[in-house]
Amino acid sequence: MARERNVGVFDGFIYRGGGPMLAWLLHRISGIGIVVFVGLHILANAFNGQIGSAINTVFMSWVFQLLVFFCVIFHAINGLRIIILDLWPALLEHQREAIWIEWGFFLPIYAIAAIVIISKGLAG
Amino acid sequence: MQSRPAPQPGLTFEYLMWLFIRISGLGLYLVALVGVTAALVMGARTQLDMGTLIRWTFFPNSGHVANAGVDLELGWVSLLWQIMQGMAVVFGVTHGMNGLRNILEDFISNKGTRLVVRVIIILLWILFLYAAFTLVLSDTL
Repeated sequence: MARERNVGVFDGFIYRGGGPMLAWLLHRISGIGIVVFVGLHILANAFNGQIGSAINTVFMSWVFQLLVFFCVIFHAINGLRIIILDLWPALLEHQREAIWIEWGFFLPIYAIAAIVIISKGLAG
Repeated sequence: MQSRPAPQPGLTFEYLMWLFIRISGLGLYLVALVGVTAALVMGARTQLDMGTLIRWTFFPNSGHVANAGVDLELGWVSLLWQIMQGMAVVFGVTHGMNGLRNILEDFISNKGTRLVVRVIIILLWILFLYAAFTLVLSDTL
C-alpha cells in the first residue's frame, strides 16, 4: 500500500518542493517543448516543403529561439545533474546544493546564447 | 484525480527505460561534442553563424543547411556521419517519446487508457524514426 501514490493536481500546487521541484517541473516542461519543436520540424520537412519552410520561419525568429534555447540548455544541464546524482547516489544528500551549482552553469551559458540571439535578432 | 501506481522493483520495462533514458542522454552529449568539434575542424568557425553551426553539429547533411549558403568541404558526406546522424535520431526520438510516455502515464490511472496512449506513442515513434531517416539519408554517398 505504501507504493500507492495518490497525489492530485491541487495537492501538487500546495506542495512546497522548492528548488528540486522547480527543476523537476522545468525538466518536464522543457522536455515537452523539445518534443513539440523537433517533432514539428522533422514532420514538416519530411512530408511538405512549403509547410516546412513556413514552420522554419517561425522557428528562426529570435523570440522563438530564446524559448527553444531555454528548453534545450536547461534540459541538457538538468539531465546531466540527474545522471551524475544517479551514478553516485551518495551525492543525493547534497541534491539542493547540486541544483544551485546547476543554475550556476545554466545562467552564464544561457546568457551567452541569449545575448547572441538578441543582438543578431535586433540587428537583422 | 488519481495517478498511476508506482512501478515495481526488478528487471522490468520501466527499469530498462529508466536506464535507457540516462544512457541515451549521455549518448546525445557524445554525439553533440563529436559533432561540434568536427564541424569546427571542417571550417565552421569562419563560415557559419551560431544557428547553422548547431544544425550542422547534429545533422550534417545538405538538406539541413541548404539555406545557409555554406561551402564547407564535403568531408561530412560519408558513412561515419550517417551513422552519427542515425545515432542522434535513434537516441533523440526514443528519448523524447519515452519522456512523453512517462509524463502522460503519470496522469492516467486507467489501465486501458494507458495502453491506448502507449500504442499511439509507439506509432508516433515509428513515424518520427521514418521521417527523420528519410531526411538524414538524403545525401547520396
